Amino acid sequence: MAQNTTVQTDGHDEHHHESPVVFGFWVYLMTDCIIFGTLFAAFAVLRNQFNGGPTGHELFEFGGLGLETALLLVSSITYGFGMIAAHKAEVSKVIMWLGVTFLLGLGFVGLEVREFAHMIADGAGPDRSAFLSAFFTLVSTHGLHVTCGLIWIVTLIVQLMGTTEIPERMMNKLTCLSLFWHFLDIVWICVFTYVYLASMI
Amino acid sequence: MSTSHTSSSGESHGSVASYVIGFVLAVILTVLSFAVVSTHSLSPTGTLGALSVLALVQVLVHLHYFLHMGGSSEQRWNNIAFVFTVSFVAILIVGTVFIMTNTAAHMMSR
Repeated sequence: MAQNTTVQTDGHDEHHHESPVVFGFWVYLMTDCIIFGTLFAAFAVLRNQFNGGPTGHELFEFGGLGLETALLLVSSITYGFGMIAAHKAEVSKVIMWLGVTFLLGLGFVGLEVREFAHMIADGAGPDRSAFLSAFFTLVSTHGLHVTCGLIWIVTLIVQLMGTTEIPERMMNKLTCLSLFWHFLDIVWICVFTYVYLASMI
Repeated sequence: MSTSHTSSSGESHGSVASYVIGFVLAVILTVLSFAVVSTHSLSPTGTLGALSVLALVQVLVHLHYFLHMGGSSEQRWNNIAFVFTVSFVAILIVGTVFIMTNTAAHMMSR
């Protein structure tokens, strides 16, 4: 057993050289980046087409936006702590940090769904104006990605339960999810800057 | 064995300290973004400029401290793919805005 762990920690320095799996996932993230780029371009063009409907100034508020941003930002560092634990092969800590990250991400999605529900109930749904169509498409695409990330986190927690070590295959999965989660946080920086704050100037 | 392991992982995958530094920087930049808008201390154009700079810096902070991007040779292809994508997206967004603004101006819709 002790032999096993030694081999594993040693093997760590080998997959120091990034796995092709991780590089492949990085390329996927780059294509995802282009999807968000097109949605941002569409929003940039349509951001003033209110068609007599509500403007961003009337719809967005600092409180909810700040809370969503905080949740996502904190979830980034908790995932990072999970990765540090993973590199030390401390499985129970990894599960704990993944759990915390999951709850923070769930809070983010919950707040976003609540915000959307309020807007739609107030007659500011995606069918109201071109501005709102572009807004809902962009922001809900990001929300959908976060939801996929949440499902992924649960999957990895279940796979980690009952194990005592982290084989290279699992390490690759954790690394890919790490890239995915931090990438979504970067997209959110652009969303809260150009979609929300720029509309509230 | 375990000490060498920890120190090597500290460099390539980030340590508690590097995550905390990145997090603190990100919080400061986010708070500044919110403050610039809520205090109305700058002109609208100035505010948008300040927001853009703050967002750009925060994206760089996240890329460095959270995604561990760097100049090491093993990350070369990651960086090439990244530079390609950023150029692509920049052309996409700037080109779209340029063409659509021009079209709108010529059709006198603004």
